Amino acid sequence: MRRQNGYLTAGLILAGAMAALILLGFFWTPCDPNAMGMDRAGPSLAHLMGTDNFGRDILSRVMKGAGATASIALATVAIGAVCGTAVGALTGYFGGVVDEVLMRFNDALTAFPSVLLALVVISILGPGKRLNVILALGLVFIPSFARITRTAFAALRDANYVQSARLMGAGSGRILLVHILPNVMHVLLPALTIGFNNAVLAEASMSYLGIGVTPPDASLGYMLSEAQGMFGIAPWYAVGTGLVIILMVFSAGLIGEGLQRDHGEAV
Amino acid sequence: MKYAAKKIAAMLLTMVIVSLLAFTAFSLISGDAAEIMLGTQATPERLAELRAELGLDRPLPVRYLSWLSGFFTGDLGVSIQYKQPVWDLIAPKVLVTLCLSLLCFLLIAAVSVPLGLRSAGKSGGALDGLGTVVNQLCMAVPPFFTGILLSWGFGIVLKWFMPGSFPDLGRDFLGAVKYLFFAAAAIAIPRIAMTVRMLRATILTEMQRDYVRTAISRGSDRRRVLYRHVLKNALPPVVTFLAQTMAEIVAAGIVVEQVFVIPGLGRMLVTSISNRDYPVVQAIVVILAFWVVLAGTAADIINTRIDPRLRLGGEV
Repeated sequence: MRRQNGYLTAGLILAGAMAALILLGFFWTPCDPNAMGMDRAGPSLAHLMGTDNFGRDILSRVMKGAGATASIALATVAIGAVCGTAVGALTGYFGGVVDEVLMRFNDALTAFPSVLLALVVISILGPGKRLNVILALGLVFIPSFARITRTAFAALRDANYVQSARLMGAGSGRILLVHILPNVMHVLLPALTIGFNNAVLAEASMSYLGIGVTPPDASLGYMLSEAQGMFGIAPWYAVGTGLVIILMVFSAGLIGEGLQRDHGEAV
Repeated sequence: MKYAAKKIAAMLLTMVIVSLLAFTAFSLISGDAAEIMLGTQATPERLAELRAELGLDRPLPVRYLSWLSGFFTGDLGVSIQYKQPVWDLIAPKVLVTLCLSLLCFLLIAAVSVPLGLRSAGKSGGALDGLGTVVNQLCMAVPPFFTGILLSWGFGIVLKWFMPGSFPDLGRDFLGAVKYLFFAAAAIAIPRIAMTVRMLRATILTEMQRDYVRTAISRGSDRRRVLYRHVLKNALPPVVTFLAQTMAEIVAAGIVVEQVFVIPGLGRMLVTSISNRDYPVVQAIVVILAFWVVLAGTAADIINTRIDPRLRLGGEV
């Protein structure tokens, strides 16, 4: 039991450290992220992660960029989880024709790989705007949340405690929200961490491609695409930026692992 | 056979829905291709002329059907950016992307199945926790970051391939495969981690079944039971999972083609989105989605070979 919670604790500590750094970045950064100085300087006391091709402090830019990525990922997961759970709950609980139609539609949507679908939505809404990125990714995550919660809600539809609640005269809304929802949390919570990871990676991929958040906003993906060209002379740029993405995803992954083990699933 | 026919019919239906979704989304919202091509200065007469030329004056359902049949006849419209037939633009790139995703798929299957079996066989040891952490770490690495490291390390330092000069697939097939291998490896690492984790969980659940206990109590050793009995039962969900991985491979491929400068559909897609070249975007999106649907159907049919019970309508 102790080792099982180790993942959760380690993940929470790491995620907490990342969150602290990101939150700090909203108010204070070691240097002005747009101030230029000596370019491509290696890591030093003045610039802990070195400077980029314009001599800007990478640590400050990474803090800003990680903030953008994390807030986009959180907003995305929020849209996906709320809408997806609503769809999943209604179709799973009530079933019927609506369920059939929505699930066929869902099947067709899963044929589009997530980044591909997001790129389609972005290309329709217009590239380069933060709100459009959130909307595109949010829409993309609805089907997966719907599928996961639908199965969970459908399985509990006729559970004893649900039937007795129904006999006591509880309305459908109350049954869904008060009785079933808390019991599908063990499915929903790990799905949230996985969704967050996918959102971080998708956002970084899109800004790497120059279609997501674009300059002058700092973003991790765009920084990596800049860093790639000068990997030979300034490797710290790509490695530092990449490590921040990896740590963000890794910490959420550990939390997800811990949550699943806590619930005693065979992993 | 009847089962396969049913699956293929379902696949064709999904493909029609997929193409219909893409087509309506682009034609309703993207606006008028003729207007984009001629700019704001165009006279109404010239606009009408070009619309007729492009077939945009026909009703939407007619346009959809003629566009869909274009996947068989090779007539997918004209690119706004290059003023060339879409099919001529994307045909040489389809093969490159298919090679990349197939290579990546083979790599994932070849590495993750033995690795998953090993890690399930040794579950519960002190190394188990370390394995989980390494697994989570591998899943956290974005393919384009690994791609940057690999293309620098193997391309620029070791010179095993020349980043930026992709050999022609027809003329130098082996050279092209070597080039694609590193891109495939960058995509494969996180997917291998996921597949190992999934296979391990499936095997461990399966190991707790009654038939395993019976076999072991009758004197079979654990390894023999694992390979002869458990593997056969644990495989179908993994095959389905691998087929779903195809969607992720295609998605990661779009980005990794950019990292390695591979002239495939992904790169074409990204430039076409930036240029708002909708006929090209639409065709590429549907081709990639068809590829994913095809992989899913193939997995379903393979699974009935492994476990004939599935033919009776059981679920994996």
